[in-house]
Amino acid sequence: MPPESSAIVEARGVHKHFGATHVLKGVDLAVSKGEVVVIIGPSGGGKSTFLRTLNFLDRPDSGEIWVNGAAMGAPEAGSGRAKLSDAGLSRQRRQIGMVFQQFNLFSHMTALENVMSGPIHVLKTDKAAALADAKRLLALVGLADKEASYPGQLSGGQQQRVAIARALAMHPSVMLFDEPTSSLDPEMVAEVLQVMLDLSQRGMTMVIVTHEIQFARKAANRILFMENGRIIEEGRPQDLVDSPRNERTKQFLNMVAEGS
Amino acid sequence: MIWDWEAFFHYIHSPYLLTGAGVSLALSIGAMLIGLVLGGCAAMMRMSEQRWVRLPASGYVWLFRGTPVLVQLIIIYTGLPQLGLQLGVVASALIGLGVNEGAYLAEIIRSGISAVPKGQFEAARAIGMTWPKTMRIVVLPQAMRIIIPPLGNAFNGLMKTSSLASVISMEELLRRTELLVQVQFKVLEIFIVSALYYLFLTTVWGLIQSRLEAYASRSVAPAANVPVPADAT
Ligand SMILES: Nc1ncnc2c1ncn2[C@@H]1O[C@H](COP(=O)(O)OP(=O)(O)O)[C@@H](O)[C@H]1O
Ligand SMILES: [Mg+2]
Repeated sequence: MPPESSAIVEARGVHKHFGATHVLKGVDLAVSKGEVVVIIGPSGGGKSTFLRTLNFLDRPDSGEIWVNGAAMGAPEAGSGRAKLSDAGLSRQRRQIGMVFQQFNLFSHMTALENVMSGPIHVLKTDKAAALADAKRLLALVGLADKEASYPGQLSGGQQQRVAIARALAMHPSVMLFDEPTSSLDPEMVAEVLQVMLDLSQRGMTMVIVTHEIQFARKAANRILFMENGRIIEEGRPQDLVDSPRNERTKQFLNMVAEGS
Repeated sequence: MIWDWEAFFHYIHSPYLLTGAGVSLALSIGAMLIGLVLGGCAAMMRMSEQRWVRLPASGYVWLFRGTPVLVQLIIIYTGLPQLGLQLGVVASALIGLGVNEGAYLAEIIRSGISAVPKGQFEAARAIGMTWPKTMRIVVLPQAMRIIIPPLGNAFNGLMKTSSLASVISMEELLRRTELLVQVQFKVLEIFIVSALYYLFLTTVWGLIQSRLEAYASRSVAPAANVPVPADAT
């Protein structure tokens, strides 16, 4: 049954195990259009796994993910299959952009080719249109002059901005960010956060896992605190950051504040 | 007389041996192509999540890497007819060498693909590439850089191993050398000519291989620590 809310993405009762480890213990989340949700929490709490279940890079063991009113991974009606086909799942994933901690740019392609790879090979956009859009996106992330560079020739911050442009090139209805600045040198963090802030102001729907509390405060509409496979507390940024109700949230925020 | 130069120069132009070398080359190419197809399939199968897909491929690699190719050739040519499966000399040689080669190439291809970081697969999947597209557009081009050198060495080895087909009377270079020696008695001269033909084939292949390696690495950027001028575009 599709969700009644106008959510772009909705997770209901998501569980995930890796072997004997119960990593997600019933996670619910609804993200509405234009909303920016930030997930914080200690490492190992299941934040990455949760993001990865949203686009089915990790298939939930139970629970449902709804994206734009369709259940992720649900077999086509009348197909007689138990699971959605690889092609069907790939089609669903186009609506969801993902940005990884390690950038994961295709190392044998230039920045421009990386950004064009989705439109050309997945959407079958014609070459001229894909090229124009890729150039526009590289300019948007401030890298118009790096289009011919290979990932190995770019700094971490530049690579991450190309990765954001690559995800945007699919014109997704939601963007997922998994600790996008955690493997960056400190001086490059700001440039990536700035691009993300710009995106949020342009109305992009985003789910962001990050330890950048000050950024979360500025950009988020809602912050979730996740630990041990559960969302323990959620609230408006100023409420959750300045006066967390949960003891664990408090401890975590103190720890992050000391670390920075 | 210890060494007969005249005979040597005579045999080095011998169309009989030259044709034999051509057959060796053709046999090697044919077996390599069979090996690439089988090895590619086996490599993909061994990376499957399904046990029943992995198992047959692992069994194939185990069996053919664990027994001498000479024994495999003899079984195919002289043993299988007992089961009613009669293959000609050429078919036996092609299949024997090709199936054996495939078991080795499977390992080469698999290790090349597993050297591609997992993040590359995930990024491809995340932008909506299907599995075949992920392989073709993202993974294989990167794996090629790693695969081509050992693949080239495998072909070099195969051109020499193809001489084993002489035992099932395939008229390739070694077999023709032996036949010639039996009637002409210039043992050393003829075998040296034969060895030189093999050397010629492997040398030419070595040159082609280095071109291929350069081509496969064409898109490799300088290492990350190489400074890039600020105005580079
Ligand atoms: N592919 C996997 N296989 C086995 N265990 C995993 C895998 N991915 C994550 N885990 C485990 O799941 C737990 C949650 O991990 P993760 O989602 O990465 O947490 P976080 O992103 O909050 O640090 C950890 O205990 C981790 O070891
Ligand atoms: Mg994580």
